[in-house]
Amino acid sequence: MGVAEAVLLTIITASTPLLIAALGELVTERSGVLNLGVEGMMIMGAVAGFAFAQISGSAYVGALGGMLAGAVFSLLFAFLTLSLVANQVATGLALTILGLGLSGLLGEAYIGQPGIKMEPIVIPLLSQIPFIGKLLFAQDLIFYISIALLIAVNWFLFRTRAGLTLRSVGDNHSSAHALGINVIAVRYMAVIFGGACSGLAGAHLSLVQVPQWVENMSAGRGWIALALVVFASWRPMRVLFGAYLFGAVGIAQLHIQALGFSVPSQFLSSLPYIATIIVLVIISGNRRLTLINTPASLGKGFVPDR
Amino acid sequence: MLEVRDITKVFGELVANDHVNVEVGKGEIHALLGENGAGKSTLVKMLYGSLQPNGGSILWHGNATTITSPSAARSLGIGMVFQHFSLFESLSVAENIVLSLGADKVLADIAEQTREVSHNYGLPLNPETIIGDMSVGERQRVEIVRCLLQNPELIILDEPTSVLTPQEADNLFVTLKRLKDEGRSILYISHRLEEVKQMCDWATILRHGKVVGECDPAKETAGSLASMMVGGDIAQIKRKKTKAGDGKPLLELKDVSLPAASPFAVALKNIDLAVNAGEVLGIAGVAGNGQSEFFDMVSGEVTVASDAAVTICGTQAGAKGINRRRKLGAAFVPEERLGHSAVPDLSLTENLILSRHGSDAAMFTSMGPIGFIQRDKVHEVAAKIIEEMDVRKSGEDPDASALSGGNLQKFIMGRELDRSPAVMVVNQPTWGVDAGAAARIRQTLIDLARSGSAVVVISQDLDEIMEISDRIAVMSDGRMSLPHNADDMSREQIGLLMAGMEGGSEQEGESAHVH
Amino acid sequence: MFIELERRPAHSTLYSALSPFIALILTLVAGAILFAVMGINPAKGLYSFFIEPLTEVWSLHELAIKAAPLILIATGLSICFLSSNWNIGAEGQFILGAIFGSILPVLFHEQVGIWVLPAMMIMGMIGGALWALIPALLKTRFGANEILTSLMLVYVAELFLDWLVRGAWRNPEGFNFPETRSFSPGQILPEVLDSGRAHYGAVLAIVAVLIAWFMMAKTIRGFEVKVIGQAPKAGQFAGFDAKRVTIVAFMISGALAGLAGIAEVSGAIQQLRPTISPGYGFTAIIVAFLGRLNPVGVFAAGLVLALSFLGSEAAQISLGVSDKLGRVFQGMLLFFVLACDTLIHYRIRITGWAGRARTGET
Repeated sequence: MGVAEAVLLTIITASTPLLIAALGELVTERSGVLNLGVEGMMIMGAVAGFAFAQISGSAYVGALGGMLAGAVFSLLFAFLTLSLVANQVATGLALTILGLGLSGLLGEAYIGQPGIKMEPIVIPLLSQIPFIGKLLFAQDLIFYISIALLIAVNWFLFRTRAGLTLRSVGDNHSSAHALGINVIAVRYMAVIFGGACSGLAGAHLSLVQVPQWVENMSAGRGWIALALVVFASWRPMRVLFGAYLFGAVGIAQLHIQALGFSVPSQFLSSLPYIATIIVLVIISGNRRLTLINTPASLGKGFVPDR
Repeated sequence: MLEVRDITKVFGELVANDHVNVEVGKGEIHALLGENGAGKSTLVKMLYGSLQPNGGSILWHGNATTITSPSAARSLGIGMVFQHFSLFESLSVAENIVLSLGADKVLADIAEQTREVSHNYGLPLNPETIIGDMSVGERQRVEIVRCLLQNPELIILDEPTSVLTPQEADNLFVTLKRLKDEGRSILYISHRLEEVKQMCDWATILRHGKVVGECDPAKETAGSLASMMVGGDIAQIKRKKTKAGDGKPLLELKDVSLPAASPFAVALKNIDLAVNAGEVLGIAGVAGNGQSEFFDMVSGEVTVASDAAVTICGTQAGAKGINRRRKLGAAFVPEERLGHSAVPDLSLTENLILSRHGSDAAMFTSMGPIGFIQRDKVHEVAAKIIEEMDVRKSGEDPDASALSGGNLQKFIMGRELDRSPAVMVVNQPTWGVDAGAAARIRQTLIDLARSGSAVVVISQDLDEIMEISDRIAVMSDGRMSLPHNADDMSREQIGLLMAGMEGGSEQEGESAHVH
Repeated sequence: MFIELERRPAHSTLYSALSPFIALILTLVAGAILFAVMGINPAKGLYSFFIEPLTEVWSLHELAIKAAPLILIATGLSICFLSSNWNIGAEGQFILGAIFGSILPVLFHEQVGIWVLPAMMIMGMIGGALWALIPALLKTRFGANEILTSLMLVYVAELFLDWLVRGAWRNPEGFNFPETRSFSPGQILPEVLDSGRAHYGAVLAIVAVLIAWFMMAKTIRGFEVKVIGQAPKAGQFAGFDAKRVTIVAFMISGALAGLAGIAEVSGAIQQLRPTISPGYGFTAIIVAFLGRLNPVGVFAAGLVLALSFLGSEAAQISLGVSDKLGRVFQGMLLFFVLACDTLIHYRIRITGWAGRARTGET
């Protein structure tokens, strides 16, 4: 395996959780709900994924467990913001704070334990294609899911009636309600979908990337996923580009050090965060673009009159 | 065909509908008349299934029916055209329409049907257009075509003409007549008495949630209908005729242009205007033709680069902010009460400080830049305003959001009048205000002008404009027409100007945009 | 079971005052259940968590030490949140305050004199304010989301501190430990009472609360913040400049977080280390909400959350439970606070399936 291949492989691994979490959040936001708790749901997914894998002995059960944890955790957010119309920003923060605490508590027993790694699934023939075969067709299941998810989300949002309904709720919840669409139910489902995605993304961290449980191992990836949705101006295909761009920035720091540049490691570690800020500034600077693409009801609570 | 029996709806302590009875026959255009808050919207929401009654029954073709949801209403054959459109700005016409139809409908088929039906009824639509790019009139077409595609037997229209030019309204009437001839029934909600007289076969009048009368509107006068709605005579506005141009100009705008601040805003184009002491200048226009942008520019919430572009009481003020313009003697009342002219969750006294902390800094604050608030003084002035404007409130110092629209508007007007402004600019002064308060507010505006101030009233209500203005100008697509003496202008002329046609010679432009 | 909300005509003053207490009670109930699940007697668990730390003088001092930074930061955050600016990067501003404030004691450690401590505090405030200025400017200039930028800057600040104490600022006599030299006696915030460790950081917190209360309740400047936060368009009508408010609010909260940072380093730790905060900047968000964004409420809430830090340490010792439990309590508390705040604006009705069937699906 050549150096380029090795680098690209690490980029794919680093980008996959970002892609999944950002796609989930994109669907949530398209329904008009801003869930800032991605980081919290992700870390819960990571700890639950690790725990389920340990208990069952299967990384696949672990991944399912991670999804479940993310979904259940997002339900808490949905109940507060949708049923009790609590402030979405504050509730999202609460979800992150609680997730970081709770995962620390639940994961304490697992610190230092060797994890169960999800093995790659090598697709016959396709994986024989020079260069890209190894990269794209000898990957773990979650990678394949991430690509399938991308296509599915794009198809769902723009080609199905249910996707149209979801977008209409995000555009104008009052109009949707007047037409008889159950706004709250649509949003519950969108939030839970986002939660399951974040949970799966977290499980990827503890089952594929590191195969270990480390406290706070999401290290801000949930926040980066949030930034990616803005970066992609709520379009799934652009999320793909953004996720791989950020994955690459994250990996670049490792390789710059390996190349022997004498840059302090702390500076390199801060690159993804600084890159996020720069990208946000560039994207937001184009007000027209952001204004047109932002779901009009994003972040606003809705109470149906009865 | 439709019979509503003893229907009742209660919100908390408010009885919105109290044993209401209405009967609509086949092929009938039935008017539902009443003031804001009389319970018209509540009633139709129950007929359309978005609200559930607490008591009474709905009979559809003689059978008692429970309408559990809008989709249930649609499958019965009841369609609705909403007052504040229920459209999705970021979606296309066809997408908007398919959302209101059964889940089995395919977008491509609907697009084709939309094209067909809209042409058949003379309401042509392109199914691919995004709603956000359409004018108000076009949006209403979408609403009507959407309703027609459901092939309804009963169509409910909620205040359909309030956003249209007189000519657009005439086109609507033609469509409605045709629907009636096809045997469809129409429940028509309006407070415009003339059009009800002209159009409707029968009328039910609501007041405070109760049916107070039924009549054949053609046999009534506008005055008799109005007094049924209000439950008494409305104070007639007293207006001494004065000649426009009596006094000196107190507010002058010279060739003001302002680019649109956002993709949803309207650019202002070469606006020239002079408003004189002693006159009320009315600015008519369909919603979204630059009225709010005009207001923000005149008030100084948005400044212009050239100081000379705006002159207030002889001082150049184009580049000066709102508080400096207030100090020059100007006062402003925006359209949106909750969230613009008042903060909903702050008390009345705090809302008094809102517009006057700068102009009356010496009276209301001390300690220089720290701005220590003199609560006693604020309370004193607030009490005076409440007394003078007859503001009805519960509690000592309630939140702005706790007052009714009319009472809050009276407080807001009083807050500005208390300063005896030389220039007063008001946007939609009586929008959503009950008739009594509206009459009072209009009278105070006229009285202010007669005492020597220059008053500008921006309104989409043509009746209001005609009633109180000495001169009338019209806004269309960010442009302002030359003002004419009110007595020399007919509704038709104003209507043509609203549609962007100077004197009716130009082609109709699809130029009116909403936010 | 379904929940129906009915908007109150005006916000309820009763529930504004009551909701934090309801939230506290609910948290205690949930905590009792949590203890029971962990196999610990709930009464004993709650006692050692919330009561025991209050029974000794030395631990009351610890309470003050923990509460001071929380109150300082949360006071600033409440002003920021009231203006609808979501600064969640206080942890980073705390760190930058600590670093700026430490310039004197680290690089000029022989400097002593009455002016040194005030200078350190002011430097700390400047450091925090400048760090907060970044997201503020990015928001006002480019419209970049301040939640994300301020949060990203926390990670950058943490790494910057790490680099400093392992590199340029490492104690030359410190056997390669990642820490700076210890501050000289004149550079250490003195203790308030002879009875324990509580230092003048607590006094600074009280002063900050009083000033913030005066500003928010009594002056046009506070009014401006509230108006911009609740109704930006009305703020524009009042002639207030939303961008200026954003910048000022961020800088105030940054300065207070920075002050908390240098006070903590100078008073409690007395040198810089790679980690100087157990997450004060994030916990202060909870303090701000529990205190209903009111400086006086923040003061009380700061004591409660400080207790959760002490309690988790105490429970770790006496019950052998994880010190992570404190974080869980904090997270739950914030959830309950936000849930209870619904009562302020809405009446809540709980209907069963039967009632639902009658009113129909909407």
